[in-house]
Amino acid sequence: MEKFRYLSNVTTLSLDIEACTGCGTCEIVCPHGVFEIEAHKAGIVDRDGCMECGACATNCPEEAIAVNPGVGCAAYIIQTWIKGKAAASCGGADCC
Amino acid sequence: MSSKTQNGNDCCTPDGPPCANEALTEMLPLYRKAPVDEPCCGPPQGPASSPFEKPGYRLCGFVEGFTNTPAGPVPRIKTRLELGDFLGTIKVRLGINRSQYKVAPGLYSIGDVTPMSPVLVTANYKLTFDMLRKGLDGEHAWVLILDTRGINVWCAAGKKTFSTAEVIHRVKQTRLQEIVSHRRLILPQLSATGVSGKQVKKGCGFKVTWGPIRTRDIKPFLMAGQKADKAMRLVTFSFPERLILVPVELTLLRKYLLWILLAGFILSGIGPGLFSIGPAWNRGLIMIAACAVGIFSGTVAVPLLLSWIPGRAFAIKGAISGLFMGAGMVLVAGKAISFVEAVALILLIVAGSSYLAMNFTGSTPYTSPSGVEKEMRRAIPFQSLAIILSIAAWVGSMFV
Repeated sequence: MEKFRYLSNVTTLSLDIEACTGCGTCEIVCPHGVFEIEAHKAGIVDRDGCMECGACATNCPEEAIAVNPGVGCAAYIIQTWIKGKAAASCGGADCC
Repeated sequence: MSSKTQNGNDCCTPDGPPCANEALTEMLPLYRKAPVDEPCCGPPQGPASSPFEKPGYRLCGFVEGFTNTPAGPVPRIKTRLELGDFLGTIKVRLGINRSQYKVAPGLYSIGDVTPMSPVLVTANYKLTFDMLRKGLDGEHAWVLILDTRGINVWCAAGKKTFSTAEVIHRVKQTRLQEIVSHRRLILPQLSATGVSGKQVKKGCGFKVTWGPIRTRDIKPFLMAGQKADKAMRLVTFSFPERLILVPVELTLLRKYLLWILLAGFILSGIGPGLFSIGPAWNRGLIMIAACAVGIFSGTVAVPLLLSWIPGRAFAIKGAISGLFMGAGMVLVAGKAISFVEAVALILLIVAGSSYLAMNFTGSTPYTSPSGVEKEMRRAIPFQSLAIILSIAAWVGSMFV
């Protein structure tokens, strides 16, 4: 994915290094290689690679990772602007 | 555990009494050979019904038999795709009935499964199902299909239909703990967005192993003792992966076709004499052609040339591509259009291409919602302004 870079400094990803036990789950589930484990602690090695899918936060057993997850889809975001976050639907016949 | 008995049981004679199948299953307690296959008249008759057929059900083409388990018969599925599967794939790639292309959730088996065979979990989108069984050719495995409403793994995980609760529910519903002796599930890595491995273990006692992203990596993954290397864990967005998305992107625009035609002809006909048919037709065709160029730029050129077009924001990529294509169209049109009209067309193509390219973010595997929202807040005002200026110039050109 190195070939594709999206906007820098936008992700809501954060890691509480104190709470991390270095189990390595985040490194396994991240589809963009954002995390690496070194000396029994996870580290964010490619912050701008994060697409906020939320896989790491959902699976961190220590809840050391926080991210505001969502779908990076313009059509969906327009819906959230018009109808509000609760009513916006991703999907249906006309979506991904 | 597997019973492969199919039609062709020699103990049954056409006139004899029905006899028990050797491997008795709940699905086919009795099997009787069809009576004389020679028709008395007319063309030869079709083959006899499959012994796996059941009143009120339709046997799926991908089922080749049934595996007996303590929790009842489990369909054994083919690992080679057939013509019908390929035709189905082509149809959904063209966006035809895409939301209805699904298989029944539940447990399936592949090869000669035993209670020790691994369990792979996936979505009930038929395209996903086909890719998984193809990737498992030659393996012996259980396949647990979740009800993701016919949506692929990653999107379903994002929408939370491929969820912790659904995994737990489906494990219990299929009585998996009676069928397999181990307590492990292999989930596709991309489902981690919707599934917490820890909660699955808590909820049904099965431990989650994160499998590779792509089905072609499943065999190496199983061979390596259920270990995925780094490359298997990272998403890619190669040229073929982008190419395959283009037809759906285009078919999603069908609903705008009528509006484009209407707007094109009406805006082009407005002039000093209020409205004239001649220009409505002649100029209308040019404006509609410009819309087509903009659509091509935003939904075909940008996705395909994604890594070569400068800029990170999709709106910028779309605008750059639109500028080149718009300039190209104006050059081709030559003296057929005035300078003001040329400006109007370029603005239209740039704005349309930029907007459509921005919409392609939803189909990429690397754009973050924070990023998309940020670029939209910046780009939409410019796109709107360009459209307004374009229309003003296009209509205005009739008055100068």
